[in-house]
Order: sequence, then structure tokens, then C-alpha cells
Amino acid sequence: MITMTKDMMEIVREQDVVPFRNRVKELATKIGMSLVNQTKLITAASELVRNMLKYANGGRVTLEIISKNGQTGIRLTFTDEGPGIPDIQQAMQDGFSTGKSLGLGLPGTRRLVNEFDIKSKVGQGTAVTVTHWKNGR
Amino acid sequence: MDTNSTARLLLKKKQDILVNWMQNQLLDDTLRDDLLSNEELNKQSEEFLDGLLKATSDGNFENIYTPEFEQTLDVLGDISITRARQGFSPRETNLYVLSLKQALTDVLEQEHQNDPRLLYQEVVLINKLLDSLSLATFETYLKGREEVILRQTDEINEISTPVIRVWDGILALPIIGTLDSSRTQIVMENLLQEIVNTGSSIAILDISGVPAVDSLVAQHLIKTVSATRLMGAECIISGIRAEIAQTIVHLGIDLSNIRTKATLASALQIAFEMLNLQVRKTGQAGNTKLLR
Repeated sequence: MITMTKDMMEIVREQDVVPFRNRVKELATKIGMSLVNQTKLITAASELVRNMLKYANGGRVTLEIISKNGQTGIRLTFTDEGPGIPDIQQAMQDGFSTGKSLGLGLPGTRRLVNEFDIKSKVGQGTAVTVTHWKNGR
Repeated sequence: MDTNSTARLLLKKKQDILVNWMQNQLLDDTLRDDLLSNEELNKQSEEFLDGLLKATSDGNFENIYTPEFEQTLDVLGDISITRARQGFSPRETNLYVLSLKQALTDVLEQEHQNDPRLLYQEVVLINKLLDSLSLATFETYLKGREEVILRQTDEINEISTPVIRVWDGILALPIIGTLDSSRTQIVMENLLQEIVNTGSSIAILDISGVPAVDSLVAQHLIKTVSATRLMGAECIISGIRAEIAQTIVHLGIDLSNIRTKATLASALQIAFEMLNLQVRKTGQAGNTKLLR
């Protein structure tokens, strides 16, 4: 796997969400992703960034254009130093929320993108990595 | 070092300083006589120098946040704001303030040629003073800019949620941009108020202009629809684009309890049907519907 471009953004306020989403859209357009895939990726990014703001008061996102086996895609890594998720299995279930929301953020995001990975340590923070390929399903 | 005597000397030489400063400015390549006439420049410069020398007359060259400097900072603020309006770049305005350095130190050089030590101390002092004044100018400039941005944000919030009465009993609300918590609040308030005012029974929320519908946006939409229903009105969501529909399905958001349509036109047609209305072409025998 090769990383072609790498960029980082700090997310600390709600006002950072829109510029971040635009940045993701820019990258997706750059690699020629179809509109449906673009929208999926942007929505997934939006979910994760909102989670980060809501539960961890913000964090960092790394945006990369990557290439693997002739496929081009976008990988986003969301890292925060928040309270962490005690039970990831529970958090990945539809309808589970500790914050009065619909509880679709994490499970929905996993369905939206091609690759999804979550690591969390209570008291240390959470890291979510999502990858979406240009010609993903 | 006696800063009082420096202040007195500068005050005494005020006219020389002004003439020198003006000459420097007029000879400079960066002079913008297209934006500001030379008489105005002279007036502005005199006012600024006047205030500055008055402020330093007690020997305070160090701290510009004291009462003596209030007037100078006011004058400087005015200059910064008017210059910004006239089209000067912040760099040009700052250079203008800094250009006074030369004029002030020239006078000191003439007077204290024989005392390099004193001259050096004075020059350092003048440098520091004008540096902080130029920073203050820049801060004023930024503050002015920020006020403009805040005002625009308020204006956008105000204008971005119009509730339109499309027919007797039918309201339409085109939502453009991201639907965050604070905007949902405004949207909901406007819509509910308008339902009361007009006695409408159908509201169409058009989300064609919403770039992405994530679970938070969906939750806000669902809340708005529920509130509308509590008021006794029916809510239709229109403008669901193909890619948005797919995304909503993958996310797992359940909108099956809500009437949704792809376009505002088809939502309006449903609304007409609900009110038992029909739209026909006039002068024709057939019952051709205009809306389809």
C-alpha cells in the first residue's frame, strides 16, 4: 500500500466540521470518486467527526489518498484523547447511544465505508480508521 | 536616561518631524495618492503625531495601554478602519505607522550626534513604541474584520430559513446548508410559528440544498416532523437525491414514518391531493394535470 498525499486537520469546534467535510469532498473529487461513494464517505466522515466533538471535545483527523493493488482510495484516521469506549461491541450495535442520539453513528459508518477499524482504551482515547475505495461498492 | 527630556525635545521639534515625515511619505514608491489625497494624508499624519507626542509628554514610551495613550489609540483605530475601507492593505497601513520611526529618529540624530549612547537608547525606545503601535493597528484591523464576519453569520442565520406560503394551507421551507443544532432550532421555531400564523395543515421541508444527511441531521429532521405533527399539521420531506437516499439506507436511518418525495414538485402534488385540490389547464376539455 502506498500513501500518495497526507494531510492533517485539527477539529476543536463545531465550526470545523464544514471545512473538514469540504476537504474530504475535495480529495474525493480529486481521485474521481463517484457521487454516491463521495456522499457515503462524506456522511461517514461527518458522523465520526461529530462523535469526536461530542464525546471527546475534539481531536485530529489524518486524511490520506492511498493506493493498493491498483485501487485508489481515501483513508481517514480519527484520533482523540477522550474518555474512550468501554464496550466496543455494544457501541457498534444499532440504536445504542450514551448521548441521546439515534445510535447509528458507528454502526452506520461501518456500513457506509469499505473498511472500518476502531480501537479504544478507556481513559486514553479512541482511534477510528475508515477507508473508502474510488470504485467501492 | 531621562525620557522626559526626550519627550520635550520631540514636542519642540514637532513641526520638523511632521515636515520630514510627510516628505518621506510623499517620496516613497508605495505612496497611494490614488486612495488618499495628500492634504488628507497631511491632516491624518498631523493628528496622529500630535496625539502621540501629547501621550509621551510625561516620558512614558513603554506602555501604550495607559490613559495617556487612549486618544492616540483612538486616532490610530480610526486611521486603521478608514484606511481599510479606502482599500489600503493592512501591510500598507502598518508601514505608514512604522514610517514615523525614521522621522522621529532623524530629529534625535541631529540633536544627539555627540552622544551615541543616549542616541542609541532613544532609538531603541522609539522603535519599541512604534512597533507596539503598529501591532495595535493590526489588531484594530482584525477586530474590524471579525465584526464583519460575525454580522454576516447572523445575517446568514436570519435569511437562510424562509418559510414560504406556496398555497392556501401549504407551507414550504427550503433548507440550504448544514442542518446543525442551532439552525434546526431556528428552522423549527420559524416553521411552527408560521403554521400558527397561517393556519396551514401541510408543511413541505425541502432538503435539496443540504449537502449531506448524517444521523444528526436526520434526527433533527425527525424532531421537526414530530413537532409539526403535534401542531396538527402534516409534514412532507422533499428533495431527497439518489445519493442521499442510498446513504440514509446504509446508515440505517428509518424514515418510513415520514412522507418523503424526490422533488418539491411531487411533494406539492401530494399536498394538493391531500387537500382535494386539482390543477388543470384552462380552456381545454381534457383534465391535463400541470403538475406531474
